[in-house]
Amino acid sequence: MKILIVDDFSTMRRIVKNLLRDLGFTNTQEADDGTTALPMLQNGDFDFLVTDWNMPGMTGLDLLKHVRQDDRLKTLPVLMVTAEAKRDQIVAAAQAGVNGYVVKPFTAAVLKEKIDKIFERVEG
Amino acid sequence: MGNVNLDTGETPVSTEIKELAENMLESLEQGDLGHAVALVNDLNELRDRTLFNEIGRLTRTLHESIKNLNVDAVGAASEIADTTDKLTYVLEMTDKSANRTMDIADAGIPLAQSIADDGRALSERWAQFMKKEMNSAEFRSLSRDVDAYLKSTTAHADEIRTHFNDIVLAQDFQDLTGQVIHKVINLIRDVEGKLVTMVSMAGQVDQITGIKHDLDSQPESEKEKDKGPDIKAEGPQIDTNLDGVVGSQDDVDDLLSSLGF
Repeated sequence: MKILIVDDFSTMRRIVKNLLRDLGFTNTQEADDGTTALPMLQNGDFDFLVTDWNMPGMTGLDLLKHVRQDDRLKTLPVLMVTAEAKRDQIVAAAQAGVNGYVVKPFTAAVLKEKIDKIFERVEG
Repeated sequence: MGNVNLDTGETPVSTEIKELAENMLESLEQGDLGHAVALVNDLNELRDRTLFNEIGRLTRTLHESIKNLNVDAVGAASEIADTTDKLTYVLEMTDKSANRTMDIADAGIPLAQSIADDGRALSERWAQFMKKEMNSAEFRSLSRDVDAYLKSTTAHADEIRTHFNDIVLAQDFQDLTGQVIHKVINLIRDVEGKLVTMVSMAGQVDQITGIKHDLDSQPESEKEKDKGPDIKAEGPQIDTNLDGVVGSQDDVDDLLSSLGF
């Protein structure tokens, strides 16, 4: 399971990386916004994308839209982990095809639950 | 002079002054002192009039700038008023995180301490056993204690690992407060830009009154971020009681499940 973590704050990337490692996912890579993440996704065989929303350059929502428009990436499971907490925003993310949505600040248990749920769906 | 004509007109002030001065010089050369003095009055009037115009313009721009400060700033209308809330949020988040980290450390330190203390005591007894200074009853007791120690150490190590993970998680404040501080920085930059405009306008008035200033007057142009669609990233919501803001992960889950997730 190869996972790409996208967040502009390196501390948050570390946190997510650490939590994923604790859940048994050790193969992770990082990117600091959508512009760097997209080519990595296109050129790498990632199985899962965890992305923030509010980032300079390309936002997480735009990254999600690009992923869904890309023939090779469109089925990639995407979990959004973000401080954006408006209903309109969550609806927009859902419409753009997000697989899970976690609001910051979050706990390890919530992250685990959402990841498990996404893979249950993907595999089920 | 009720309504000030803001566009000082086609004839620049300097041209008018020059004309008046030349006329005055001419009158003096022709010995017409009375006319020259009258022209001095005209000059004074011209200066006053220009001053009025400039003050009118200044007032209007000042008004605009103040209005813009509220509207243009980083988002909502009362952004400046929100700034204290934002900084309070930063304070609370950092405080919470610092306390949480210290609580976790407080919980973890005794565990590490007991691993070390018990280990030290056991290794002393183990050394006795190695030197064959131990009878069979003592050895049976040592075996039991070693067994217990191995179990408790494994449990303690697991607990400590959880604590470490919690410490890492407690650093999430840096991201959240960072986003808020960015907003405050943008606001300050905006206010600064507008203040520069006001100062440069004041400089123009100075010019009329004869005081010289050299200011680079252009305010920093606003960087207009083209985000495209209406839904934009806004950063953490300080007030989760606001309309349209979810209060917790449970609300997010409810909303998503209502959308068929």
